[in-house]
Amino acid sequence: MSARAVTLGARGALGGRGALEPEAAIVVTRSHRPAPWAGALGIAGLVLLAALPLFASQGFLSDLVNLFILVCIATMWNALAGYVGLVSVGQQLYIGAGAYTVLYLAQHGWDPFATIPIAVVGSAVLALPASWLVFRLSGAYFAIASWVLAQVAALFVARFGSLGGGTGTAVPGLDGFGPVNLLHYYYWSGLGVTALSVLGVYLLLRSRMGLVLTAVRDNEVGARSVGSQVMRAKRAVYLLAAAGCAGAGTVLAISQLSVEPGNVFNVQWTAYMIFAVLIGGLGTVEGPIIGAVIFFVLQQTLANYNAWYLIILGSVAMAMAIWARQGLWGLLISKVPIRLFPVGYYVHTSAVERHGLARLTLGRTNVRPSASINQSKEP
Amino acid sequence: MIYLNAIVQGLFLGGLFALFASGLSLMFGVMEVINLAHGDIAVAAVYLAVSAIGVTHIPAIWVFVIVVPIFVVGGYFGQRMFLQRSMGSGPITTLLVTFGLSIVLENVLLEVYSANSQSLNVGSLVSGSVQITNQIFLPYLSMIFLGVAVAALALVHLFLTRTRTGRMVRAVADDREAAQMVGADYRHLFGVAASIAAGTVALAGLALGMYTSISPSTGPSYLLYGFAAVVIGGLGSLWGTLAGGMVLGLAATLGALVDPDFGSMLPYLVFLSVLAVRPRGLFPKRAAL
Repeated sequence: MSARAVTLGARGALGGRGALEPEAAIVVTRSHRPAPWAGALGIAGLVLLAALPLFASQGFLSDLVNLFILVCIATMWNALAGYVGLVSVGQQLYIGAGAYTVLYLAQHGWDPFATIPIAVVGSAVLALPASWLVFRLSGAYFAIASWVLAQVAALFVARFGSLGGGTGTAVPGLDGFGPVNLLHYYYWSGLGVTALSVLGVYLLLRSRMGLVLTAVRDNEVGARSVGSQVMRAKRAVYLLAAAGCAGAGTVLAISQLSVEPGNVFNVQWTAYMIFAVLIGGLGTVEGPIIGAVIFFVLQQTLANYNAWYLIILGSVAMAMAIWARQGLWGLLISKVPIRLFPVGYYVHTSAVERHGLARLTLGRTNVRPSASINQSKEP
Repeated sequence: MIYLNAIVQGLFLGGLFALFASGLSLMFGVMEVINLAHGDIAVAAVYLAVSAIGVTHIPAIWVFVIVVPIFVVGGYFGQRMFLQRSMGSGPITTLLVTFGLSIVLENVLLEVYSANSQSLNVGSLVSGSVQITNQIFLPYLSMIFLGVAVAALALVHLFLTRTRTGRMVRAVADDREAAQMVGADYRHLFGVAASIAAGTVALAGLALGMYTSISPSTGPSYLLYGFAAVVIGGLGSLWGTLAGGMVLGLAATLGALVDPDFGSMLPYLVFLSVLAVRPRGLFPKRAAL
């Protein structure tokens, strides 16, 4: 969460080659004040979660694994829909791909945990040819084509009797760990996969490509017109989302001890992602995490009432999509200038500061007046 | 000969797919909305019919007299009160809202009627058929459905081309602002299109419920078949949708000759191949509808 401050002359910031004018200096920083302690808090929270197996109950730990999976897939879906406008209803394809890679390799004598990175990378590779097909389409066609791909994959996998056919089969090689160790290992795997997914999206958004992504989020035609490589950015996010969902799929397979096509390829996973993101807030790093936690708490609270939690969450998500598109996190940051994951920029003009006025913040629109000019090669 | 029979059955099934898809095609053609809850609305129609038969004891074949009007009215108000609001916030919102509706509807049916599959019992009509040769049968029920599908598509077509409201719907589909300038109330016309879509999909759902058994989770697969029929036939063309439905029906029955699972996979593969080769469909039509 380092604050990168760049001081430049106002004309230099706007025109790119003007002389320095200290009188009207503009300071651009990554973070507003809360961000440094938010970063420390995040790391402390991660350490606490990693140490949790030392003192928490087993039931709580295995519940948390489900939360990790939810946070991971919601974050990935948000990267697709919230930034590059790709509404995928077929992300269960990659959850299934991850789970079945674990199953297949474990059947061939691999340690199931060692297969996780292979499944993640393999699914991203698989996503490349898939993207050639589904990227021919946009909007609802993209959504449905991705869904059809997932359906085809489920039907295809079910044809292999060795992979358990239509009813699924147990993941071999998990007996040797002992129940407690196994729980701890897949708890840490889940935590690691999820933390890396969130970090991956965060770093991607702070990178140069992140600028393209936020530009596409705000106005795709505008982003194209200034020469952004929108297709490349979209494909990168699609591959990242495939990798992240596959990671969630591997943890799912190991934590459930078995893989069943009707479960891992179920469209309900996508429903979970969408509801969590819509409730938390589309197009922010924090939103999906908050949405996933709310989803999870309601799911646990209403566990005795079958599918009612999904009906309630779905209705709330629909209402928020219509009336409060920014989600809970969006509603919060419109009131309080707080960013846990600062991906935007703040422009502080010294003139404004001198007069003791509130800072001009451009965090959401991601204006990058000075740094990008410094970095880009000018003719 | 077994192939010839599969082709005949495939064409019958295709009629059903087309009836199912015509509502999707109409919604897209008029307001560029893909209703992801389309399949679940059809399933809901079957469950409503089961309840209606339980209460009134009317013969299953006549239950559409009760169910279809409910969906026609429901479609109009659903569009006016619900979808219209989401359309204001962009196409992504509509997609998400209809997807949410699909999941909510599926789970409400699951809670109210349980996961057990249901079908509408039409008695001897299910097994009755005309035998042409040793291998080829023309089941009464399939013939009725094909007739109903063609008649429904023809009626929608006549409505859109011959009546004043229908022509206004097409005008709004072509150019909303221009149509508004000459006094078209696009919200009302969108509601009309949605009510036709809901009526046809309820009809298709009832036909499916008589033809096979339905459970709350079968909605999405019919949505995907219906959508595939729309895309294969070419967007916004009702007769193209009929052709697309036939192609899919043939793929389903011919694939089922290999094995039953392949029968549900082949229509998807045909759909994906069409997308890869001709994303605008086999019979594209430039003007809406």
